[in-house]
Amino acid sequence: MDLVNIFLTSVGIENMALVFFLGMCSFLAVSKKVDTAMGLGMAVTFVLLITTPLNNLMYTYLLKEGALGWLLGPEKAATIDLSFLAFIAFIATIAAAVQLVEMTIDKVSPTLYASLGVFLPLIAVNCAILGGALFMMERDYDLAQSTVFGFGSGLGFWMAIVALAAIRERLRYSNIPPALRGLGITFIISGLMAMGFSIFGGIQL
Amino acid sequence: MDKETKEVLIDPMLIKNPITIQVLGICSALAVTTQLEPALVMTGALTAVLVCSNTIISLLRNKIPGSIRIITQLAIIASLVIVADQILQAYAFDVARSLSVFVGLIITNCIVMGRAEAFAMANPPGKAALDGLSNGLGYGLILITVAFFRELLGSGKLLGHVVLERTADGGWYTPNGLMVLAPGAFFLIGAFIWIQRTFTPELNEEA
Repeated sequence: MDLVNIFLTSVGIENMALVFFLGMCSFLAVSKKVDTAMGLGMAVTFVLLITTPLNNLMYTYLLKEGALGWLLGPEKAATIDLSFLAFIAFIATIAAAVQLVEMTIDKVSPTLYASLGVFLPLIAVNCAILGGALFMMERDYDLAQSTVFGFGSGLGFWMAIVALAAIRERLRYSNIPPALRGLGITFIISGLMAMGFSIFGGIQL
Repeated sequence: MDKETKEVLIDPMLIKNPITIQVLGICSALAVTTQLEPALVMTGALTAVLVCSNTIISLLRNKIPGSIRIITQLAIIASLVIVADQILQAYAFDVARSLSVFVGLIITNCIVMGRAEAFAMANPPGKAALDGLSNGLGYGLILITVAFFRELLGSGKLLGHVVLERTADGGWYTPNGLMVLAPGAFFLIGAFIWIQRTFTPELNEEA
């Protein structure tokens, strides 16, 4: 039940894009067409699903206070706290994982690679990915929880960006004041969507 | 001050504002602005990191091989953010708590990466530092304005001091709850963009 709860919370109530404002840059920039939004959403979900548990392992077995117990024995390790290195370790893991994922997809499925191609390298600096890792650290998730959390957050982002892209495609036919066109109206739509997403608030299993 | 320096210093604050025109660093602009104090601290932290990272990257610009420049920049920025985070936790623990993950997210804040890539890699250190400073302040300008309205209208306070007495405390002001929530931030920044582009029509977009 706990895992289901984390999943639902991360998809809806604590939606990465619309509630925590993470991954906003790409959320606003890559949402002009549904196709590209689909590609980015898929890539983000994929990378979050892989890097969040990976960072969790890294944090539990290398960085956390006393985490080196398996290597040095519990007495020696108890005084070692490397958690201040978390930022640089996480970002390195993410950059490496993105690179690996890119190469694997290129080998295994060229069609998927062609559709994700441009977005994959960009994802290394998408704040939603690092945000996922940092929330995982702050909330002390274990391996299973962080996998579910990573997947749910990705799915939430995917849903939000595709919805926004669909709205923006329709918007081409509306009469918007010239100064509000483009970025301005996108902000206002995102605000309205965020209000919509708040209906998920309070759902608990 | 010669004309070029002036341009580097003034442009990002008003004309090429990182948030409203360059569309960089929006995540934190929306997330830390429910109150004025975190917004001020965030501006300080980001500006400091930006100035340092621009200077260091500009000093190393001829030594960084092109193929691994992104990861080199990330390593430099991440180290600087760790320093900023440790300082905040040591001297301003409460604010650091309320900023939660957003100090760490300075690493992936597009302003820092964007300026490193677009400006520091091609310009001498002095100019790069100046560019960092003005972009940091341009970011802060929007952040502080948004936070000012959100805290004032959302909870009737400024920096924690009561300005508009709320009805709940026996005053006259009914707080606008929307301002504290996520949508309020989107609407406010949308409105800023609208106002700014009304005065600079050459920046209007097509669709």
